[in-house]
Amino acid sequence: MTLADRWLLPDGVKEVLPPEAERIESVRRQLLDLYRGWGYDLVMTPLIEYLESLLTGTGHDLELLTFKVTDQLTGRMMGVRADITPQVARIDAHCLHNTGVVRLCYASPVLHTRPAYLQASRNPLQLGAELYGHDGAASDVEVIQLMLETLRTTGVRQAVTLDLNQVDIYRQLARHAGLDAQQAEVLTEILQRKSLTELRSYVAAQVADKQAAEWLLALASLNGDVTVLQQAEALFAEAPAGVRTALANLRDIVEAVQQYSAEVDIYIDLSELRGYNYHTGIIFTAYVPGYGQPVAKGGRYDDIGRVFGRARPATGFSADLMVLVALSDQVEVELPKGIYAPANPDTLLSERIAALRVSGERVVAGLPGMSDDPRELRCDRQLQWDGERWQVVSLAN
Amino acid sequence: MKQTLTLALSKGRILDDTLPLLAAADIHPLEDIRSSRKLIFDTNHEHLKLIVIRATDVPTYVEYGAADMGIAGKDVLMEHGAQEMYEPVDLEIAKCRLMTAGVKGAAPVVGRRLKVATKFVNVAKAYYAEQGIQADVIKLYGAMELAPLMGLADKIVDIVDTGNTLRANGLQPEELIADISSRMVVGKASMKMKYRLIEPILERLQAAVVANRPGQEGGQ
Repeated sequence: MTLADRWLLPDGVKEVLPPEAERIESVRRQLLDLYRGWGYDLVMTPLIEYLESLLTGTGHDLELLTFKVTDQLTGRMMGVRADITPQVARIDAHCLHNTGVVRLCYASPVLHTRPAYLQASRNPLQLGAELYGHDGAASDVEVIQLMLETLRTTGVRQAVTLDLNQVDIYRQLARHAGLDAQQAEVLTEILQRKSLTELRSYVAAQVADKQAAEWLLALASLNGDVTVLQQAEALFAEAPAGVRTALANLRDIVEAVQQYSAEVDIYIDLSELRGYNYHTGIIFTAYVPGYGQPVAKGGRYDDIGRVFGRARPATGFSADLMVLVALSDQVEVELPKGIYAPANPDTLLSERIAALRVSGERVVAGLPGMSDDPRELRCDRQLQWDGERWQVVSLAN
Repeated sequence: MKQTLTLALSKGRILDDTLPLLAAADIHPLEDIRSSRKLIFDTNHEHLKLIVIRATDVPTYVEYGAADMGIAGKDVLMEHGAQEMYEPVDLEIAKCRLMTAGVKGAAPVVGRRLKVATKFVNVAKAYYAEQGIQADVIKLYGAMELAPLMGLADKIVDIVDTGNTLRANGLQPEELIADISSRMVVGKASMKMKYRLIEPILERLQAAVVANRPGQEGGQ
């Protein structure tokens, strides 16, 4: 074993040192306060649980991201959480018996077997908010607002692009075209790449109905600013009712978001099908310049609760707090300075130190035999005996 | 903040076919790319830069967001696994075929695993798995034709243009895996944030591709 083997961290595994850790923690507290202000209750989910509850109803991608171990007590497989959303959905469906609206939030580390994308960390700090029990544009809009507010609070001030789609548009069109699950999966993959050549040849080969084929082809080019909605409404005027309902839902959400967050650049993309196998309505993703990946994302996932015994309308978003803080252009957080206390057994001194600490001061105690420089310990004042009592005096520069 | 765009071009043979297409789409580098040793080139569009890199690096640049767009062969994209990018335009240049090849008249492999030499490791594994064959894939960086002759492998998976190199070495092309041509790829995040700049370029390129088809006016 070389020396490097003892200190090298695995690829993609990050640790946070001061002062960055202080900064992340301070943002985490601000965000949890923000969510509390919006009525979201904090949950702490287990780091590890049975695979069935972690992965049921989610995609294959999540399974590959999950570290697995055998439970020595039962012989069953357990997984280290790679995503907190399914856990929170389980909590809502099974542990809370609320029939009304439930709002939950969380901020905890997750673990990934491999980076979720090229520059990703394998131990992100996932934070998010989920809203259960309401089916309709209003709850989606609330969650999107809260996601944008999260970015503002974190200090991500670059121009935010919000990417939106309603996956029911594609789902209904694929059903109308008579595609089976296998075919729909292939088509989803092609649409995700917007490969027009492959799309044309696949649709020509698999879809007999000319109108249905045309509608599917149109999806790949229906992307751009909000005028895409008008184009889509014109194109799908004769489409099945489900398509038009989904489109109207998308328009409602877009208009509400525009009203509240005029500064956000909205991009509509009817062939964006991220997380298609568990999302059931709107999906939304926030991008900022200088980062080639989503900084926050979410959507509606009405079906997940069913596997835990209670299907509930559900919508929410999540983000990696470490990424948000790294992108934030907030001025470096000034770490609090402190008071240096010399090493001295005087009980008056210990009483004074305790009182100062109670009052919220940072007091660093000197240790016998060390000749500390108080400034290196981030102190701008020190305790000094003036003949009567211990006084806080400012350190000369 | 003013948005800028970076387009990554593949070095080598693809480049010779790419430049006329770019010119037809009104993208002109300010210097001669082929004679310069520079790697970054300004164009007649103030916001658009070109970079010239190895074909296999193009998807990496686009996936990391270091380049907004790229031009790369379908073979490279298939091998890289291009999940984080769109490939909206088939440029219909640098056409060839990705094929398996073997020694002419060789007896079929029985009783042991098929050995396949290739630089397209992922493509080869996926292809043979689809055929229901478990193959041991050996990664090589060049001169694939040598592998079957020296007993390193039973088959090779490689790009076939005319097939002359294969035949000169006693090999023959066998099964077609995919028809290859160069594609324009666009990073997902770039597309969503910079579509106002990117869409017009894609449209002009698509028009240039159509004009470039044999039989079209101005075609070759």
